[in-house]
Amino acid sequence: MSLRTDSPLIEPDVIARVLAKGRSTGAEFSEIYVEDKRSTSAGLDDGKVEQVTSGRDRGAGIRVIAGDTTGFAHTSDLSERGLLAAAEAAAAAAKQGDGGVHTIALQPVFRHPVNTIVQFPDTVAKARKVELLQRADIAARGVHGAIVQVSAGYGDSIKQILIANSDGIFSADEQVRTLMRVSVIANGDAGMQTGYNSLGHTIGFEIFDENDVEELAIRAAQQAITKLQARPAPSGAMQVVIKQGSGGVLFHEACGHGLEADLVGKGSSVYRGKMGELVASPLVTVIDDGTMAGEWGAIGVDDEGHASQKNTLIENGILTDYMWDYIRARKEGRKQSGNGRRQSYADLPMVRMTNTFVTNGSENPDDIIRATDHGVYIAKLGGGQVDTASGDFVFGMVEAYLIEKGEITEPLREGNLIGNGPQVLKDIDLMGNDFAMGGPGTCGKDGQGVPVGDGCPTLRVKSMTIGGTAA
Amino acid sequence: MSTTVDDLQAIADRVVAQAGAGEQIEAYVSRGGETAIRIYEGELEHFASAQSEGVGIRVIKDGRTGFAYAGTLDPAAIAEVLADARDNVTFGTPDEFAGLAIPDGVAQIPQKFWDEELAGYPTDQKIALTKELEKLTLGIDDRVRVDEANYDDGWGEVAVATTTGIRESGRGNSCYVSVSTLADDEEETQTGFGFSVGDSPKEFNLQKAAREASERATRLLGAIKPPSKRTTVILDPYVTSQFISILSSTLNGENVAKGRSFFAERMGDQVADPRFTLVDDPTNPLAYTATDIDGEGLAARRNVLIENGVLKKFVHSSYSARRMNTVSTGNATRGGFAGSPGVGCLAMQLVPGTQTQEELIASVDDGVLIQMVSGLHSGVNPVSGDFSTGASGMLISNGTIGAPVREFTIASTLQRMLLDIVAIGADVDWLPSRAHGMSLVIRDVTMSGT
Repeated sequence: MSLRTDSPLIEPDVIARVLAKGRSTGAEFSEIYVEDKRSTSAGLDDGKVEQVTSGRDRGAGIRVIAGDTTGFAHTSDLSERGLLAAAEAAAAAAKQGDGGVHTIALQPVFRHPVNTIVQFPDTVAKARKVELLQRADIAARGVHGAIVQVSAGYGDSIKQILIANSDGIFSADEQVRTLMRVSVIANGDAGMQTGYNSLGHTIGFEIFDENDVEELAIRAAQQAITKLQARPAPSGAMQVVIKQGSGGVLFHEACGHGLEADLVGKGSSVYRGKMGELVASPLVTVIDDGTMAGEWGAIGVDDEGHASQKNTLIENGILTDYMWDYIRARKEGRKQSGNGRRQSYADLPMVRMTNTFVTNGSENPDDIIRATDHGVYIAKLGGGQVDTASGDFVFGMVEAYLIEKGEITEPLREGNLIGNGPQVLKDIDLMGNDFAMGGPGTCGKDGQGVPVGDGCPTLRVKSMTIGGTAA
Repeated sequence: MSTTVDDLQAIADRVVAQAGAGEQIEAYVSRGGETAIRIYEGELEHFASAQSEGVGIRVIKDGRTGFAYAGTLDPAAIAEVLADARDNVTFGTPDEFAGLAIPDGVAQIPQKFWDEELAGYPTDQKIALTKELEKLTLGIDDRVRVDEANYDDGWGEVAVATTTGIRESGRGNSCYVSVSTLADDEEETQTGFGFSVGDSPKEFNLQKAAREASERATRLLGAIKPPSKRTTVILDPYVTSQFISILSSTLNGENVAKGRSFFAERMGDQVADPRFTLVDDPTNPLAYTATDIDGEGLAARRNVLIENGVLKKFVHSSYSARRMNTVSTGNATRGGFAGSPGVGCLAMQLVPGTQTQEELIASVDDGVLIQMVSGLHSGVNPVSGDFSTGASGMLISNGTIGAPVREFTIASTLQRMLLDIVAIGADVDWLPSRAHGMSLVIRDVTMSGT
């Protein structure tokens, strides 16, 4: 059972002593991040429940900043002795002049819950979690005789975090996540094809009251069956229509990473020096919103103890702000934006996205397809990757179709699309009115993965390069 | 492994000793630490040092498997982990092939995994050499900035014990430096990277890392988007390493058993060009991922997977081997104490050809040298074989390097690419990866640009 009280993971007087130790070598800032995470996962493959796994991850990371130097140490020993040793190691790395004695005055614990949890997953019997997998297996196999393999995964986690720093910030959060995924293989005359679907929210087991496991599995199976008839994707530049939801990955790659202030500050973003300029089609408004209840990137406080918030990054095509963490905001003498995040207590925080999305336009999505003479319709995007300095980025299409004379026609095999961020943002010429969030995502940066959400309405890019093989 | 880590082994032994009747238990106990140093504009940007430890326990009873882990070696927590794993057993589906590895008598090949010099290397010298790497990189071309220069090292100790008689322990350490660069030319910025690995910092080649990072970025300045066409590609060693790594999942015995590999019914067939021989050999000490035991504690061994283009062998853990009525090839993989074993290649290597990259380039009339690929996770499907990645590099015409190109994709299928291999380079590079690299020439690949 997780703590469901207001009692902190570590006593405030211990925290104050650890933070004071962090500043003992002259550093102007010290911070402690404590995490206690319990997780359960279960996997079904080849018709069998292969394994149920229980996990416990618990520890603290101590960060000390002196000038432009950060010292960091982490430990799984949460005793005062263990924490003081970590603080000493971090302080030694960020030494600056004389130490002196510091008194840390912590504010009362700050909480900023954005998600409402109805049924905490640790109160649900494991048998009920396993049963979901069996239902998904049966549903997927029932779609078509060509479904030859199904694997399904369930996962939940409850993470208690506590962040305190020498400025007096003292914040706590409880982050609950529940996830399910289904992967399917169909076998046909032209070889095997895959289908994938996932569901994840920052809520508890009530996720399955609101979402149908069978439907999740059936959609994955249908995707694989459809692709059995797929022809090779085209090669070269053409019009691209991107469906609502998972299409948000496009903005995560085309501009999201490039608007992270750490990359901008080092001059490794194509968006540096562009504040106030038109960087996208006037149809484009991009928002990063950590407060979006239930979405995969929703957090109460960020991993530096700052309340999550809703930030407008691009408004009607004009660049209005970057995303900020403590270090970059301090350097620029401005406020943080709730985007300081880390994978775990063992990692340093940096600027990260939360839920990144594009707001509605005015077009009916069917009209966008009808207005397209020859192009590709991407019903589901996979992941992507970006070089923020050049702006070149790719993303994968896992379910796509040809558009011919305003109609969706044949399914296409998988592949990447490539484009240049600023160019693609300017080339968006139709924006739909059917906004939706996509599935749960994990964003990787500098070796750390954090949960994020993406979303968009159906939209059209007038030219992007499709990485297929067909002439 | 060569050195015994007594206290970890004792913890593993104590867990296993608690097995009841009809119960198989495996305990995997590990401890490790790391140092990460980042330099920016001549100053220390961050210094991170850390230690972690944990235990993963697998319990098998009546053909059902349960697993639990915790990131601590606190005795009360270990007792809770064992209880959780036992509880988790009850939810599994009985599987006649479930079980732990059984010692198979294959001898380990001793290798050196621990370097005393690295273990005692002073922190200030680690910082100094990282500053030196940044300085060297900046000194090559004045269009080049350094985004970050990094030093990373790590050490680990591990012990595994099972009720079936596996009892292994050992320790290892490693280090590398890396540098990432930005090259500016008016409105345009391109990126590059370089790195060096060694048993200890004394073995680093900072000059080479600096030169590669600088050249990778500057070579792409002025790059154009090429026209779409079918062409011949030469993959740089770093790209070949990524290409070879993808093949691991198609040669994975568990994927074969579960119908997830397009090689499933192809044993003995000609699946690649006759010049292509692929081995998995973690006993080769030159391999970055060399090891003497696999994730279940069996001896690591050399396996020839594709020989002269003919499919010869799949890799197996004890579980996938039992399912396919064969024996483990010593290819159980493990992602630390928090994961139970899977199956995979451990150290993939191609038998090299005889030509240098320059000679290979000279042999191509019309093609492109691929310096970087992106989106391997989003555009390559090892089940269907569809292959499509973003790319950048240099055009080749009449055997010479021409204009730099970027913002295009290369595409084919894995099945075709293996058969379309034209030449394999002699320029073996032992990269910090599960696969080494060398230049690889593949014909009839679709390049998509304008």
